[in-house]
Parts: sequence; structure tokens; C-alpha cells
Amino acid sequence: MKVVVDYNKCTGLGICESMAPDLFEVNDDGALVLLKEDITDDELQSVEEAVAGCPTEALRIER
Amino acid sequence: MDRLVVVGASLAGLRAVEAARKTGFAGDITLIGGEPHLPYDRPPLSKEFLEPTEPGVEARIPFFRNDDVYPDLDVELLLGEPATGLDVARKVVHVADREIGYDALIIATGSQLRTLPGTGHMDGVHGLRTLEDSLSIRAALNAGARTVVVGAGFIGSEIASGARKRGLEVTVVEALPTPLVRAAGTEMGAAIASLHERNGTTLLCGRGVAAVEGDRRVERVVLDDGTLIDADLVVVGIGVSPCVTWLEGSGLAIDNGVVCDETLWTGAPGVYAAGDVANWLNPVFDARQRMENWTAAAEQGAAAARNALDPENAKPYGTVPYFWSDWYGSRIQFVGVPEADEVLLADGDVENGERWVALYRRGDRLVGALTVNGQTVIMKYRRMIAQKSSWGDALEFAEKRRTSALATAAGRDG
Repeated sequence: MKVVVDYNKCTGLGICESMAPDLFEVNDDGALVLLKEDITDDELQSVEEAVAGCPTEALRIER
Repeated sequence: MDRLVVVGASLAGLRAVEAARKTGFAGDITLIGGEPHLPYDRPPLSKEFLEPTEPGVEARIPFFRNDDVYPDLDVELLLGEPATGLDVARKVVHVADREIGYDALIIATGSQLRTLPGTGHMDGVHGLRTLEDSLSIRAALNAGARTVVVGAGFIGSEIASGARKRGLEVTVVEALPTPLVRAAGTEMGAAIASLHERNGTTLLCGRGVAAVEGDRRVERVVLDDGTLIDADLVVVGIGVSPCVTWLEGSGLAIDNGVVCDETLWTGAPGVYAAGDVANWLNPVFDARQRMENWTAAAEQGAAAARNALDPENAKPYGTVPYFWSDWYGSRIQFVGVPEADEVLLADGDVENGERWVALYRRGDRLVGALTVNGQTVIMKYRRMIAQKSSWGDALEFAEKRRTSALATAAGRDG
């Protein structure tokens, strides 16, 4: 499983980072950096929360 | 459990429907909305949607989903007629002369604008809640309106920013001596408000509006100290109140919204609430809260639906509140709660800086953080607040960030 970011929608609000900091981090310039795209089973729930919580609906999980 | 009814077709309502289907609920779902539109996203209405576009290019209406998604969700849409009543004993919602029965009900009717008395029917005076409001404001800004914003809250400030982007004359009038006190506290309210003056917007605090004058169309705003301000557009942003009048007589407890427990349950069988209308017990702060922000609406909509469809296994919904606002190219973000014993500027310079971080302490605990252009740290503080981190840990983290930022800057200069 992978997480996919739509950078046309993402504005770096960072909710995803607060849910799953091992995968997402917003940098000094306010841009989202995907630290890794593969999701482990342990991480799935937090990534699902990040997808649901993203205010620009810029995230999805590719199974 | 055969019938789920969701009242309110905005973010919380849509997320309730989607979450219900995601859990495998196969019964009937009805989504009732007072507005005639499919669910759309509100934050852009005071942000991107107001931005100037190239001539001939229309701003894109921020609908959440394409039309073809709704048949897939298998949801009956009743749009354009608000719900007018609820009978919890018979388990029916009233919409015009129809009665719609439910087994599980989500109340997600959101909030409505507070208005200035006596200005309702004057052209050029608007609030901003709906798509129509935003289209009218956008058209007025495009026509070069001299703009007066009443209320220096986040929405009003975003509109001022949109007007300045077009080089228009803008005055923001705020009744309180300091703006944004309720949202960010006194010190930081004043600090954020300084962005207005730095960007050419006139900010008048501690003054009320005595009258909005004009002959059919607005021509000027009269303040209570006698100041006259010529205006073609007046935007009133003085807050919202939860939409609960339709619940009068329902027997539900209403107090600053619909009173719910930590699982968003109202106490009536099968009836849950979500979004701006829900006054629930937030376990993260062990306090009653009513949110008016995107994240809470989205998450509560989904949580309320899951709990309503499986009440035996209902889970508490807890969150560290989060909101953001974009003004003059700066991003303001806040996490947590602003009621604090101490607010400390942990990084940056409010007077001249483009970027700063403020931390909010209650007792020995970090309870809030505000950043202006601090996107890289704000969510780290959100996690710390959720983990009930101590004030000492927060200060230590802030110090570490400051040191590493200085080292990076030194490296860049060298």
C-alpha cells in the first residue's frame, strides 16, 4: 500500500503530519514532504485518519 | 437499523454519509440540505475563490464531489428545503409537509451568520457563509468596490486581504479594543491584527457601527464616534450561531448548540450531532466545546455516523482543535485552546517578522500554539498537545528548533 499526494490540491496545512509524522512533514517553505510512501499495516489507521482529515482532500491510499 | 437520515448537507453531513457506506451500512440514507446545492467546501469561499482571475476565467466552484458520486453512495438527496422539526418519540424529521422516518439520525445543520440589525435588504451588504454570498462579494471586489469589513475576525480579515490584492481601499471596523481575543488571546490577537496595517488595510478597533446608509444601495458606514466611511461593499463578519431553531420543542438539550456526550450522542435514541452545531465533551481537554472549523466538522461527521449505526460500540471523539486562515500571503495556524495562564512568544519577532510562534500554557501543560508562517512546527505542537506534554517539554522543543533554524541560516549565509 502506498500513500499518494495530489500536489495540485495540497497547500501544506499539515493535518497529515499531526496524524502520521513518520510519513508526512511540512518543511520550512510550507510544502509537504512525503518522508516515505509505503504504508505498513501498523501505520494504516493513522494514514487513513490523515486522508480523512486533510482539508484539501489531497491524499489517497493506493492499495 | 434500516434508515439513516442526515440533516445538513455540508461537510459534516457529507462525511457522515460517506462514513456510513464505508462501514458497510446497506440501508437507506437520506441527506437533507437547506441550500439547493450539492455539498461544497466553505473555506475557499473567503480565500482562493475570492482571488482575482484572468479576464474571462470563472473561479471554480468548490464542490466536494462530482454529481456521479451520489448515485454510487446510494443516497437520497433532499436539497433546497431545510428541515423544520424533529419528533424524537416518533423518530421523524419534518421537511416542508413531509415526514421522514429514521432509525439513526445525524444533526449537522451547521451555523448561521449573525447579522447587523437594519441592513438586511440593502444592496451591497453581505455576510459570507454561502456560495451566493461569496459570488456577490467576488463580483463587487472585481468591480473595484470601496470595501468596509465589519468584524476583524478571520473571515472578515480574509476578505480584507482579497480586496487589498486588487489594490482596493479597505477599512476593517472592530467593536472590541483588540481583535481575535476569543480565538487567539489578547496578545496574539493584537499581533495578528498588525498584519492589516502592514498591508495597507485601515483597522479601527473599539468602534461600533451606528448605521449603514444608502438609498437602496449602500453608500456609507457611520461609526458610533461619528466617523463616515464611503463604501460600495460592506461585509459583515461578526460571527455565527448554531442552527438549532428547527429543534425547538424536540426535547433535545440545546445550550450553545446541541448538547452531546463524548460520543456525540444527544441522549435521544439514535440521535447524534456533528459539526458547528454540536456542543460535545472533548476528552482531550475534558471540557465542553463547540467547534467552528473544518477539521472537526469532517471528523465529527464520520464519527457520529459510525457511532449512530453501532451505538453499543460508540467511541469517544476527541481532538486538538485546529484552524487556519490565509491573509496577505501569510498563513496563520492555531492548534489547541487559547484560554491560558501564559502566552509566550517562543520564536520570531512580532514587530517586524514575517514568521512567529507563540505557545499557550495552562498550569504545567502546553494547551495551544499559534504560528504565522510556521507550517513546519505547528503540527509538532499539535501532537504534543494531544499527548498532554508539559510546558517544559514544549519550551525545550522550541529552543531546539530555534537553534537549528539559526544554524541553517548561518550555513546558508556562510
